[in-house]
Amino acid sequence: MAIECKNITKVYKTGAGETVALKGASFNIGDGEFVAIMGPSGSGKSTLMHILGALDTPSRGTYFLDGQDISKLSDDELADIRKNKIGFVFQSYNLLPRATALRNAALPLMYAGMAREKREKKAEEALLAAGLSEDRWGHLSNQLSGGQMQRVAIARALVNNPSIILADEPTGNLDTKTGEIVLDTFQQLNSKHGRMIILITHERYVAEHAQRIIHIRDGEIIDDEKNIKRRVVNNHQL
Amino acid sequence: MSVSDIFRETFSAVTVNKARSGLTILGIVIGIGSVIAMVSIGQGAQSSIEESIQSIGSNLIMVMPGFQRGVGVQVSSGRGSAQTLTQADADAIQQEITLAKATAPEISRRYQVTAKGKNTNTSVLGTVAAYTEVRNVQIGAGVFISDQNIRSLSKVAVLGPTTRDDLFGEGVDPIGQTIRINKVDFKVIGVAESKGGTGFSNQDDVIFIPLSTAQRFLAGDNYVTTISVAAANANEMATVQQQITDLLLLRHNIANPQLADFQVLNQQDIVQTASSVTDTMTILLASIAGISLIVGGIGIMNMMLTTVTERTREIGLRKAIGAKKRDISAQFLAEAVMLTFLGGFAGIVLGALAAFLVSRFAGVATKVSLLSIVLAFGVSAAIGIIFGFYPARRAAGLNPIEALRYE
Repeated sequence: MAIECKNITKVYKTGAGETVALKGASFNIGDGEFVAIMGPSGSGKSTLMHILGALDTPSRGTYFLDGQDISKLSDDELADIRKNKIGFVFQSYNLLPRATALRNAALPLMYAGMAREKREKKAEEALLAAGLSEDRWGHLSNQLSGGQMQRVAIARALVNNPSIILADEPTGNLDTKTGEIVLDTFQQLNSKHGRMIILITHERYVAEHAQRIIHIRDGEIIDDEKNIKRRVVNNHQL
Repeated sequence: MSVSDIFRETFSAVTVNKARSGLTILGIVIGIGSVIAMVSIGQGAQSSIEESIQSIGSNLIMVMPGFQRGVGVQVSSGRGSAQTLTQADADAIQQEITLAKATAPEISRRYQVTAKGKNTNTSVLGTVAAYTEVRNVQIGAGVFISDQNIRSLSKVAVLGPTTRDDLFGEGVDPIGQTIRINKVDFKVIGVAESKGGTGFSNQDDVIFIPLSTAQRFLAGDNYVTTISVAAANANEMATVQQQITDLLLLRHNIANPQLADFQVLNQQDIVQTASSVTDTMTILLASIAGISLIVGGIGIMNMMLTTVTERTREIGLRKAIGAKKRDISAQFLAEAVMLTFLGGFAGIVLGALAAFLVSRFAGVATKVSLLSIVLAFGVSAAIGIIFGFYPARRAAGLNPIEALRYE
């Protein structure tokens, strides 16, 4: 199993006392799975995403990623995990303004210490896989449309060949049609390239594009089911 | 993250907002510029003072009369009016001190001088032929006083260029004309070349006459006001100075050197005194300018803190994709250093330009030294590091989750 979570608990200390964001969540996700984590706001899905994305560590419990326990690592060790194993796609894209699509997509490889020509070549491959047409590669990120920006962000998540792609409400800022194109891109990446994709969302409609849906509420996993009526965008063959 | 990556990231960050970057570095530009300009003016003044002291003569030692300090009684008479040095002292120095290349006693006093109805008040200097050698006097026209003139008490005079201009008019050849000093007629036999004397001691406003003539017809005694001695070479200055002191103490029957009735001044001492004055001035000017550098540095820090806040989400993103603390802090530190470095470079250009304009239009000599340029670059880099450190540390310490959520 690529991801093994046992009894993940996260407690935040606030001024008033303690807030329990996650109460002993346990689940496994295998290589090549497309999983949606679904729940309303305040359910703890963002906290779970931060832990899965090695941005944060659980208060209790263990998290094995590719067989390595990463629940007790230091900040810089977590940075290394993120650099090598995780790709993020955010709701608000978080691209560098006034930088080209190509430079944005290549950014993670800079921190991996790759030479410039090599990382631009990899970024071109990733942009191709994310479906951004070649004539947009030289455009500055603030000259792109929302859908195009999210494709650049997906390319950036792909470029370091990660074990997991974590997408946090990736369609939240997009209209339905553009959102579907992005979801289709994820489905293609999952089916054709065998990428593990974890989609965090509060919308059932979006979650239904995944193979499996983990429902979370008040910090607890209340349901973990195989998605039987899976939506497929444009009737693409998966 | 390689050095060239850091440089590229930094360069694009600095050039994104050119107006703001430009205004931020203005403080550094002005600070470095004024340090460069002030130091160059100070050093220019120093070298011009040194040059003018050097032009008095080379390897020069001057013996001047001083008052004798009686025990317990403070009698102070103005130096120069004391009459303790004689022609015989000068002759003794000439004969007994072998390391002295040439000796020129002189007697100098101001007189009203007239020629053809014009008159001027100038310094009349009775001296000997060796004076030209000891004090670097060049003769422009005619001849200088000869030993023959001394022996025969000739009433001849050599004019300084300024005195010639005052008495006869600029460019007029006065040789063969007569001038009257203190009711005694002198025949002009030569004109000295200009030494470019500056300020209060104009070395060009002078009349040279034979020492013997001056003693007999003007002063009426055998005393001299200064004995100038040229040492054979620069290394022997101290030795010669000591030998002259010993010789004169012996001749004047003074056992305690503290009670000497004369002073032996080394040219080097005069240069050092003048240098220490200009050094102090330079340090003073530079430290006033240095304060504006600190102000500029605070401006950089302010701008960097604003940048860190503005780019919180970018920092969060960079951390999310694998940037470590030191990657982030290196990037922001590099930004601060690049800003101050650009400021330093512009400041050096501005300072050099200011120094050039000052020397061009204000007539003050300036000298932009390599040391001050190297120092300016060093200081601006140091300011970047010092004032960039705190903002960079703040950026590096941001929590990626909170940074990504920042609105």
